[in-house]
Amino acid sequence: MMFNKNLKNVLLVIFATLILSACSTAKKSGNIDGDVYTGKETVEYLASGVPDRVFFATNKSSLTTAARATLRKQATYLRKNKNLNVTIEGHADERGTREYNLALGERRANAAKDYLMTYGISGKRLSVISYGKEKPVNPASTPLAWSQNRRSVTVKVN
Amino acid sequence: MKKILLILLLNIFLINKSFALIEVDITRGNLDPLPIAISPLHVDIKSNEYEGIKIKELGENISKIIEDNFRATGLFNPLKKDAFVQKPDIAHLKPRFEDWRLIKAQALVTGKLLVKDQKLKVEFRLWDLAAAKEMDAVAFTTTPSNWRRVAHIISDKIYERLTGEEGYFDTRIIYVAESGPKNQRVKKLAIMDQDGENTKYLTLGNELVLTPRFNPTNQMVTYMSYFRNMPRVYLLDIETGTQDVVGNFPGMTFAPRFSPDGKKIVMSFAKDGNSDIYTMDLDTRVVERITDHSSIDTSPSFSPDGKFIAFNSDRSGLQQIYVMRSDGSGVKRITFGKGIYGTPVWSPRGDLIAFTKMRKGRFYIGVMRVDGSGERLLTENYYQEAPSWSPNGRVLVFYRETKAGTKGEGFSAKLWSIDITGYNERRLKTETDASDPSWSSLLSK
Repeated sequence: MMFNKNLKNVLLVIFATLILSACSTAKKSGNIDGDVYTGKETVEYLASGVPDRVFFATNKSSLTTAARATLRKQATYLRKNKNLNVTIEGHADERGTREYNLALGERRANAAKDYLMTYGISGKRLSVISYGKEKPVNPASTPLAWSQNRRSVTVKVN
Repeated sequence: MKKILLILLLNIFLINKSFALIEVDITRGNLDPLPIAISPLHVDIKSNEYEGIKIKELGENISKIIEDNFRATGLFNPLKKDAFVQKPDIAHLKPRFEDWRLIKAQALVTGKLLVKDQKLKVEFRLWDLAAAKEMDAVAFTTTPSNWRRVAHIISDKIYERLTGEEGYFDTRIIYVAESGPKNQRVKKLAIMDQDGENTKYLTLGNELVLTPRFNPTNQMVTYMSYFRNMPRVYLLDIETGTQDVVGNFPGMTFAPRFSPDGKKIVMSFAKDGNSDIYTMDLDTRVVERITDHSSIDTSPSFSPDGKFIAFNSDRSGLQQIYVMRSDGSGVKRITFGKGIYGTPVWSPRGDLIAFTKMRKGRFYIGVMRVDGSGERLLTENYYQEAPSWSPNGRVLVFYRETKAGTKGEGFSAKLWSIDITGYNERRLKTETDASDPSWSSLLSK
């Protein structure tokens, strides 16, 4: 009886540990830090080594360390290609009201634009457009998809 | 529509002012719907043929629409016609009240119609069966092709007589028709009668269109379009099809809505990462800035007296609802409950604000008093938003999206309505997936 009870406790502990570790590996394998996407699954490239997009946390438009690193690469690329203009598209995930998401997308696109400008890119070369939640890159209704959809994407115009 | 209204000679020949003995309790929703018998309208045998209309079935068809309207309110229980005890023409002259009471009907609608000389003449009577007397009788003449509207106008008259409130059946809903996979959605402006009939598509789907809203005083519409990849607010005359961009803004304008007098549009303008609220006078084209704050201010909605504007802002961190005077002064936050609040829409009666609430991954449509007190959540779901009021302030229409699978499968967007009591939630019939509904005012007003 005693042995049984102990065994039960041990099993409970093992079980709990398994659940916890499952959670933490899920977070890592999903490439989400906090709720910002850190993976490369949806990323395209303006040129070799120059990712076209950066990702945001829910309801936020602040640039993460990784986002700033990506944008610095874009700035370097744009400085080298002086005749290239780009549009920065701002997007939101589907878990908000449509109109607020339009505003949020615009705020995200401008956060990226402002950062590029601090690295010497003329605002004349950078236009912004918000699509709100209208153009998800990943159509799934999962936290991973939402993190991939909260993004700004730099698109070549010419 | 004005022309149709001119042709439609509403001619009330008898108004019975006697005290109505039957009354519909509209404060509680559908707990005890009133049994009503809607007899098919008798078709006069002297009726002529009319192109495209099955005259013989017209009486049945009109009564069917009335029946469907009444069932959809949740306040009435239209009885099955096979239990009806009198022929339509005889019942219309003088019902045998005791026989109708036997099938448990409390109210009876009878009528007859005649199609002659390119005109449709309709008359109907509403009978109080318990009191054994006529409550209302109306006759009018219109063009036969208007027969659906005739059914809706009759429905409105009966509804008004039995509930004491204005009806909402002779109305239309404008919305965004959606098709295609979730990550390549095609969106078109569409308009239909409130019962889902007569759907017409107003744009081709070449550009993204969002958030159409009716002018409460006429049949103009304001909406947002990505025409030429420039997201802007447009004004559309749905009778002529002409459309104009609203204002000359150097950036995205969105979230448009008319003022209650229909003379202004209130909307958001986004520039340099900041969205503020502006109005534009449609006659003078004068633009006024209403809010000036570094946060996102959007989804503005006028109070019906035009003195206030409700909107949502994230100036406190997350989206909350605020009310200000229509000149932008006196901004006051009204939502303090747990969760995020958006899309405030002022009731046409002025006493309530409908909203979307987000909390713990669930979405609610609710109503509260205009000072934020008395919050009532009417419906909870995975995703729903954008409530719009019926013109009598009795029913909300909104859209609901389903959760999608890993490839976007299983995704749908549909229109739903719910009574402000929280009862009678039902899906509106639409030809395609649909979102962003806006309810028109009464067409015959």
